Amino acid sequence: MEQNIWSYIFVMAAVSYLIRMTPLALIRKEITNKYLRSFLFYVPYATLAVMTFPAIMEATQTPIAGLLALLAGIVLAWKGCSLFQVAVLCCAVVFAVELLPFF
Amino acid sequence: MMTTENKICFQHGMRDGCPIALGYFAVAFTLGIAAKNAGLSAIQAFMASVLNNASAGEYAGFSLIAAGSTYLETAIMTLVVNARYLLMSCSLSQKLKPDTPLRHRMAIAYDVTDEIFGICVAQPGYLNPWYAYGAIVIAIPGWAFGTYFGVMMGNVLPTRVVSALSVGLYGMFLAIIIPPARKNKVIAGLVAAGFATSFLANRLSLFSGMSTGLKTIVLTVVLALLAAVLFPTDSVSKEEKKEEVS
Repeated sequence: MEQNIWSYIFVMAAVSYLIRMTPLALIRKEITNKYLRSFLFYVPYATLAVMTFPAIMEATQTPIAGLLALLAGIVLAWKGCSLFQVAVLCCAVVFAVELLPFF
Repeated sequence: MMTTENKICFQHGMRDGCPIALGYFAVAFTLGIAAKNAGLSAIQAFMASVLNNASAGEYAGFSLIAAGSTYLETAIMTLVVNARYLLMSCSLSQKLKPDTPLRHRMAIAYDVTDEIFGICVAQPGYLNPWYAYGAIVIAIPGWAFGTYFGVMMGNVLPTRVVSALSVGLYGMFLAIIIPPARKNKVIAGLVAAGFATSFLANRLSLFSGMSTGLKTIVLTVVLALLAAVLFPTDSVSKEEKKEEVS
């Protein structure tokens, strides 16, 4: 069993690394195709948005705390708070909301 | 070689890596609990995190280990759950100067995660690899030790604290996507569409058979493709180059 688990870990590691390395190593030139460039430009925004909601509501013990953290995060980021400030204040919102007895 | 410019970029990376390390620690802590349940020792979970740097990927892997799946199944699952990193690496390849040497490309590839990728693409102009390295050397210990301590003392921290810490990562995502959305209406629409479709995909029974990772890939590709076809942009590189000169 001991050896088995290490083999699993190395299989996972090899696959994870190859997925990340192949595009970075192979795509050497700037892509000139307008649509492909646009697609790659939009990817991070689409993927981060998809991963944030509704997952943020499932990460907390009460969904409402996650929802409030989401709203707080949007407002703070909109107002220009730094990465660290937004992250910490979102945590603080959840902590405060979950202290309240009625949630 | 560490020129002055590289050194400054490295330090900036370390600074931006700090909130990532904190968020990682919290998430990895809960991941460690899953690792323990799957039968991993603390050192195995630590190494799994050092070598994989993928929350959903590791979580999926641990559940397959627990279920006694084959190596092939584990490999395929890792591929599917982590496929979004393939897209991110493609996108990141465009942030690198075309003459960036292979060794830098292979080194950055080690830690293309949602968060490291997020702060790297948020850099103006081309990405200096040393910025990524700075963030990585801070973030990885947070991730790996978080997993380690999760196994060691899984249920010591009050759930309320774990619950609060676990939204830190989402806060960071918001700090990455909201400021550009404020300046660019297409990005704003894309973010709103991302929230809405992701919510629907979570609720509709049509998608219930799909893993979270697969849903993320499908929605990302469809939304980014629609945005690219409807609102192609060639001003991207020009804007970036302007910022770099100034």
